[in-house]
Amino acid sequence: MNINATLIGQLIAFTVFVLFCMKYVWPPIMAAIEERQKKIADGLAASDRAEKDLQIAQEKAKEQLKEAKQQAAEIIEQAKKRATQIVDQETERAHQERDKIIASGQTEIEAERNRAKEELRKQVAILAVAGAEKILARQIDAAAQSDIVEKLVAEL
Amino acid sequence: MASEISTKEYITHHLTNATMCNTETGVAFNKACADAGFWQWNVDTLGWSIAMGLLFLFIFRSVAKKATSGVPSKMQAFVELVVDFVDDNVKSTFHGKSVLIAPLALTIFVWVLLMNLLDLMPVDVLPSIAGLIGQYGFGMDPHDVYMKAVPTTDLNMTFALALGVFALILFYSIKVKGLGGFAKELSMQPFGHPVFIPVNLILEVVTLLARPLSLALRLFGNLYASELIFILIATIGFFQLPLHFVWAVFHILVLPLQAFIFMMLTIVYLSLACEDH
Repeated sequence: MNINATLIGQLIAFTVFVLFCMKYVWPPIMAAIEERQKKIADGLAASDRAEKDLQIAQEKAKEQLKEAKQQAAEIIEQAKKRATQIVDQETERAHQERDKIIASGQTEIEAERNRAKEELRKQVAILAVAGAEKILARQIDAAAQSDIVEKLVAEL
Repeated sequence: MASEISTKEYITHHLTNATMCNTETGVAFNKACADAGFWQWNVDTLGWSIAMGLLFLFIFRSVAKKATSGVPSKMQAFVELVVDFVDDNVKSTFHGKSVLIAPLALTIFVWVLLMNLLDLMPVDVLPSIAGLIGQYGFGMDPHDVYMKAVPTTDLNMTFALALGVFALILFYSIKVKGLGGFAKELSMQPFGHPVFIPVNLILEVVTLLARPLSLALRLFGNLYASELIFILIATIGFFQLPLHFVWAVFHILVLPLQAFIFMMLTIVYLSLACEDH
């Protein structure tokens, strides 16, 4: 229990241990801890940033989707309008075409009829003259009665 | 051993350090050193304390060498836990900037803790081993072989720590405040009038000197008392077992607490020394 030279030995040991700890133990461990703390802090900051970026991107995507939907709806609307327009136009054109065809057909028919009428008139005149010739052959000279025949032809 | 000798002798035997000294005939041990005065060495205290110090430095240095800022090994995590604990305490108390205080606090805490933990060793184990080595290795009477294993039950150990801290207190006081500032702090406080200089001086010098004294005696007293109780318990025969268990469990609290108090007071004293009024 007495104080003796051990005190000196312990003081030297204490000093050496503290100096060793200060030089070779504390700095590397502290450096590792601080570096890890920095890494973790950086990681947390990065994840925060990423989360914010993700939110912005999601919002943007949502907006674009909405826009695209709107455009699609517009395009469909336009297409429908155009379709009805085309159908209407075509119907209109078909009507006109039909009318035109009918009209030309009627003109043709008219012309044909007129021609046939003319033809018929000529045929009937010839037939009438031939009939009359045959009736009158026995009684009169064809040449002498030709004026009457002419008159008949004109009347037909 | 207890059966062969009286209880008083048993206790005395356990509380005597193994000493070594130089005499005219060469190196001598124990009883031969009775009149060597100051120049004798407590080899058990020196041996165990240095062994514990080297254990501490070996463990922490081996971790420090491989320290990584990535995923730490379990050992590194444990060491970092201790280092971080000490660092938190230093940062919350000491507001200056010093590369010495934190490693000093770590060394004190872990070293004192390791030395204190030797207290949990059953009281007869190390003295018996030492006695056997003495008896069969060197042909000595085992009763003359001493082994007080817990270094912190030796005043030399605790005073060495306290004086080391005291030297740092003086060093930082003079470094931060200057010699004049330090003298002024001792003489002009707490009463700021020249008339009171002698009173102030007495008060402040006592305060200053009480610091290392209380540091050393607190640690010594606690550990010496607990060791003494362990030895007393060991003398009562079979029923020592439950008692020993209870006392040992209690010391799981006491031993780290004493190490922590020593570290904390060191930090507090040094931060006071660095404070400029």
